[in-house]
Amino acid sequence: MTSKTVSVEAGDWYKKRRRPGEFVVRAFLLISGALSIATTIGIVVVLAREALLFFMDPEVTLSEFVTGTNWQPTIQQFGIFPLVLATLIVTGIALVVAIPLGLASAIYLSEYARPRVRAVIKPILEVLAGIPTVVYGYFALTFMTPLLRSVFGIATVEIFNTASAGIVIGILIIPLVSSLAEDALYAVPRSFKEAAYGLGATRFEVATRIVFPAALSGVTAAIVIAASRAIGETMVVALASGATPRNFTWGEDPLFGYILNPFVAGETMTGHIVRISGGDLSYNSIDYTSIFAIGLTLFLITLGLNVLSRRFVERFRETYE
Amino acid sequence: MSRPVPVLELDSKDYSDLFPEGEDLQRQIGARRRREGWARIIFLLVLLLTILALATLLYTIINGAFGMTAIVNAVEPEEIVESLGYDPAQVGLADLSQEELVEVLAGAVTNNVGRRLERDQRFFEDRLVFESEATWIEICASPEPPTGCALAPRDQSNILQLVNERVVVPDVVQTWDLVESITDREAIEAEIASADFQERHPGAQPEFRAWLNWQFVTSPQSDVPELAGVRTAILGSLWLMAITVLFAFPVGVAAAIYLEEFAKPNRVNRLIQTNINNLAGVPSIIYGMLGLAILVRALEPLTSGSLFLGEGQGVSENGRTILAAGLTLGLLILPVMIISSQEALRAVPNSLRAAGLALGATKWQTIRKHILPVAMPGILTGSILALARALGETAPLVVVGASTFITVDPTGPFSKFTALPIQIYQWTARPQQEFQNIAAAAILVLLILLLTLNATAVILRNRYSRSKM
Repeated sequence: MTSKTVSVEAGDWYKKRRRPGEFVVRAFLLISGALSIATTIGIVVVLAREALLFFMDPEVTLSEFVTGTNWQPTIQQFGIFPLVLATLIVTGIALVVAIPLGLASAIYLSEYARPRVRAVIKPILEVLAGIPTVVYGYFALTFMTPLLRSVFGIATVEIFNTASAGIVIGILIIPLVSSLAEDALYAVPRSFKEAAYGLGATRFEVATRIVFPAALSGVTAAIVIAASRAIGETMVVALASGATPRNFTWGEDPLFGYILNPFVAGETMTGHIVRISGGDLSYNSIDYTSIFAIGLTLFLITLGLNVLSRRFVERFRETYE
Repeated sequence: MSRPVPVLELDSKDYSDLFPEGEDLQRQIGARRRREGWARIIFLLVLLLTILALATLLYTIINGAFGMTAIVNAVEPEEIVESLGYDPAQVGLADLSQEELVEVLAGAVTNNVGRRLERDQRFFEDRLVFESEATWIEICASPEPPTGCALAPRDQSNILQLVNERVVVPDVVQTWDLVESITDREAIEAEIASADFQERHPGAQPEFRAWLNWQFVTSPQSDVPELAGVRTAILGSLWLMAITVLFAFPVGVAAAIYLEEFAKPNRVNRLIQTNINNLAGVPSIIYGMLGLAILVRALEPLTSGSLFLGEGQGVSENGRTILAAGLTLGLLILPVMIISSQEALRAVPNSLRAAGLALGATKWQTIRKHILPVAMPGILTGSILALARALGETAPLVVVGASTFITVDPTGPFSKFTALPIQIYQWTARPQQEFQNIAAAAILVLLILLLTLNATAVILRNRYSRSKM
């Protein structure tokens, strides 16, 4: 290596001025950007560390955690399945509500609605999206549950049940499904539609046979994101779906009468975390570490879904851009 | 290289269904048109259903926040006023002076209760009511003096609330919702007046009650739903928002500037970008757990204030403070803030950057003087919307450790806290009907705050888009 020295005479007017401020600013900007990485690392480390402490407890085994059907911390029973099951039931009901309503709204807005109608309906959906989830929780408990109980009978529907929470979460994620799906429908090239119209297709035929299939991966991504949102939703289930895990024994409890029954109470993963951490929790207790094991499960599920949805979106981009 | 030309192979199948002629064609077109009409109606109905959901939501809340009640008072306010020699028709409880109210209170509560109230906060600056001067000096000199030694004395409205709480003790024995109250008012009043009802609740009187009223907004939290208010919660929410903004706004904008203006598209920066997008999808409760483990537990000396104020001097004995919760919310909205700020920066035309650099300005000078002023309305709009989201967040606050019952106003970042959504959650979760009513009222307060924030964002956006035209 050869080193070369360039001598610059002092006072040269063209000398590059040293600007320490510029460097400081740049460092601050970089640190701010890197903080997001630190947050992610923080989340992973915190969840993994406490979850590890949980699994190192002699009372806990990984196999019981994954396959056990009883979550009763008081008697050292730690099977996460009842919590996951309730989460899945709630999410399933939410998607049954949100997919048809959200997609139909999206198709109407992107293919049918005149600009004036759009200008009215878009803000309404935005309002729906901006209402805090705890308000939806109040709605589930004071409106949806009494409604379900009067329709299906007080004997069938418990005061706290997964159906009420699921339906209300479905309403909560309609705007999300609708706006993401609409973006996907909007991105379908005009020429596709015009070709179909040129062949004499009706609006409905264009929407369902041309635009919708062409936007399918974007629409799927929207649904996956909505599912991830529903799984992570907390306040509605904390208020409306009950504070007892739906523990059961395979073979003994009826599958449709109890285990999968939407009208029975069932605490979800998020609901359990909120209930346990609501009290004054002592650190290093098994209750404290157990919620981190649940949190880790929740984090992995939602992260997986988010990555999956990005895959769908990327596939969509490749096709048309 | 030429592609093979597709050859249309004719088979013997009958395709006349696909290409109808004559009457068949007319029938097919008619059927398709009808399908089109139905589809349009169904789509519209679905959309109306969505709007109906929103309408029902608002209806439920308003229906709960107002309505008839049957109230039983332990002592009627008129009796109190009369016993002091005033005409109850002209003077209300609220018109009494501080001295008179204290007198009423002293006549009704036991000495023990009085002493406890006085130790919480004194009644007068210059004299003591329940406690003797000697004991007061003694307890104030003890290692753990009660709050009354340092706090300013109670004001008239505070004592009025005590009189209501301890002497009048209004008890709502039953409530009706707004729609019932309007359509069935006579029936409700008749029911309350009926012998059966009066036997169960002697002296019950009908009263139309707006659960959302000024007293509700200005009173602290209370165990009695009729007297409870959201002042502590509103102040808590405002403190939280202040911390959240102070943290998330500068950091969020800085990160956006870095990613949009400085970052070269290399691996690290792509990783940061993907990471931010992923963080935006992490459930909010996970942020709560992050805050609990890092901010509340690991950084306890910092977040409880003992690092700055010395051991035992902080308002809270642990890290479950406004500071910890505000920072948690800040981390939560940071990805949203970065993404929206990036969009605002991306909308700034490149010619501005080129012009600045061409004049010899450094990169940072160009950003500060040229790009940021143009992008600022967009950045502000996005930030306000992100803040609105933080204002309504509940789950992370519960996990970080909001106080379940707190009546003292927050005094700083190291205070214990409650917030509006927390209040709503706790009241909704209680089985008594009156708590559902005040939960509805608190929801209205929260929605009004959110509406104000959103309106600000819309006004900013409109002004910005007009000035650009």
